[in-house]
Amino acid sequence: MADARSVVLGRIRRALADRPAAAAIPRSYDVTRPLGDLVELAAERIADYRAEVHQVASADVPAKIASLLAARGARRMVGPVDLPSSWQVDGAEWLIDSPSLTIDQLDAADGVLTGCAVAIAETGTIVLDGGEAQGRRALTLVPDYHLCVARADQIVGIVPEALARLEPTRPLTFISGPSATSDIELDRVEGVHGPRTLHVIIAT
Amino acid sequence: MGSNPVTWLGSPVFPKAAKAALADTQLRRNLRKATHTIRDKRTRVVSELPDWEELRRAGEAIKDDVLSNLDTYLERIEAAVTARGGVVHWARDAREANEIVLRLAREAGTDEVVKVKSMATAEIGLNEALEAGGIRAIETDLAELIVQLGHDRPSHILVPAIHRNRSEIKEIFQREMAEKPVSDEPRELAEAARRHLRRKFLSAKVAVSGANFGVADTGSIVVVESEGNGRMCLTLPEVLITVMGIEKLVPTWQDLEVFLQLLPRSSTAERMNPYTSVWTGVTPGDGPQQFHLVLLDNGRTDALADRVGRQALRCIRCSACLNVCPVYERTGGQAYGSVYPGPIGAILSPQLVNDMHDKQAASLPYASSLCGACYEVCPVRINIPEVLVHLRAEAVEAKGRTPESVGMAALGWLFADARRYENAQKVGSLARHLAPSGRISSLPWPGSKWTSTRDVPTPPAESFRTWWRRNRG
Ligand code: SF4
Repeated sequence: MADARSVVLGRIRRALADRPAAAAIPRSYDVTRPLGDLVELAAERIADYRAEVHQVASADVPAKIASLLAARGARRMVGPVDLPSSWQVDGAEWLIDSPSLTIDQLDAADGVLTGCAVAIAETGTIVLDGGEAQGRRALTLVPDYHLCVARADQIVGIVPEALARLEPTRPLTFISGPSATSDIELDRVEGVHGPRTLHVIIAT
Repeated sequence: MGSNPVTWLGSPVFPKAAKAALADTQLRRNLRKATHTIRDKRTRVVSELPDWEELRRAGEAIKDDVLSNLDTYLERIEAAVTARGGVVHWARDAREANEIVLRLAREAGTDEVVKVKSMATAEIGLNEALEAGGIRAIETDLAELIVQLGHDRPSHILVPAIHRNRSEIKEIFQREMAEKPVSDEPRELAEAARRHLRRKFLSAKVAVSGANFGVADTGSIVVVESEGNGRMCLTLPEVLITVMGIEKLVPTWQDLEVFLQLLPRSSTAERMNPYTSVWTGVTPGDGPQQFHLVLLDNGRTDALADRVGRQALRCIRCSACLNVCPVYERTGGQAYGSVYPGPIGAILSPQLVNDMHDKQAASLPYASSLCGACYEVCPVRINIPEVLVHLRAEAVEAKGRTPESVGMAALGWLFADARRYENAQKVGSLARHLAPSGRISSLPWPGSKWTSTRDVPTPPAESFRTWWRRNRG
């Protein structure tokens, strides 16, 4: 008996015996769009999902981190191995993912602090790619609180601009607000399995 | 039914099931509220994008390119996934796919798998097959969990428990969960689901997912979700098994820029869904260290062979067509007797079953008033009315009978309360489909290479116009 692979491919070739020729793909959609002040728009759109957004000057990022953690009472914070030392503020114990933290350690932490790869203003999305100051995916998934720092130069306008900046073979996570569900009467409620609280600091 | 589990064993033909559903006023209230909420939201977020129509046309063309070169793109994704440390499996049908997943789960030495909501695995009846093989499949999407714990069947592609309201969900959770929810507030019910599944996620060894998209060039797989249950399954277990219909491909990474805009706005009516995960094979030190991709045919190549019907394979399962369908709104999803309900189900399920002597499948193309609303919202411009008409003709041919005896030429009883038939004005859009000669020669919407090749006969059935004339007075 032929193997499944050649059977399926054979079926496809027979099904396409009429040789349908696909037309050229009309790429007349926008690949960029004038959206005004991208930092303002990103802040507004991220906040639309009930994430908290703070815009601060780059030099004030550590102070903002400290005040946000203090306000939450977050004491045990997870960070990727290359978390900038200036972000590891006093007042919290820093659990750095080297050697790798166990899932139980991540679960027992109060939160996680990371940077991001790209942010999309129009949709209010931050994208993590496991690169600089982000770490592996479990770090931003298991703790119940995610504090993310986005630099102004990481913000793009629309989705095509973001994809052009990303390397598809890295593990990517697009995050638009905290975990949410609309499964009950299509009412959106925040907070199921992912971090139930998302704070974003935009460093300008 | 035939051997394809896409339709449920023992389901009555659509008109019978629909009549029973109509009697359930609670169900109709739940459905009406839900579908109207989401369709209004969708209209708002779609109108935000000035290039929506251009995105739809690009989405349609990209998917047509995938379908007309499907063999090439499948070989390409297979090579890319393999090069990045993944293992690719091919499955001719449901039984073969189920056997592959069961074998992989056993090899991993587990008796329990966590699952991300997936239409493909629902279509093949994977949970039941695993169960029969001694492996428990735990649904982790909130709506799927409600269906699973309620020993129920899904009724919507995106929100399988759309037919349940909050108090019904509270009752199910109170009956089935160790830690019972105290109120029927959605927030409290979501919290109950979190508590119920937390340990499972943190200790699971094997996860099973579907895929929204697979990128042929890079081998990247995309899963779009909201709750974070998807991320849990895709990130924490050692072994990840993804079951993907062969039509779910896009050729290149760039093509995703179209679909990551079309899908969330059409589906949950958001600018972007909370979480989208993309992974390529295995990434050392991050996520599952064993990745299996199961490429599933299960009737898709039969649909591909149908020059009119193949456009149904463009579907990205957004469910927008369900939410605007006046028939779906009245009958709910379970009446369709298939995991794919609503307008897309009415054209996809019979094609996957591919047996017009199957009474239930043959009745599905009649589950429509041909009002055209589904076509207007479809992000990949599937001309659902055209395929419905085409499949009705096939059903009639297979039976050698009149369409009335096949099922339901006249939907009059469904809209007996004509005042509430708010889509009345849409009737005009059907009239535009039908040329006076009784042939659909050129379809009013350009762009479908598939369909311009030949004339499509209008069905020998009573047309919607005559039905309407007879029933509205
Ligand atoms: S047929 Fe179109 S509208 Fe319906 S689920 Fe598929 S993509 Fe969405």
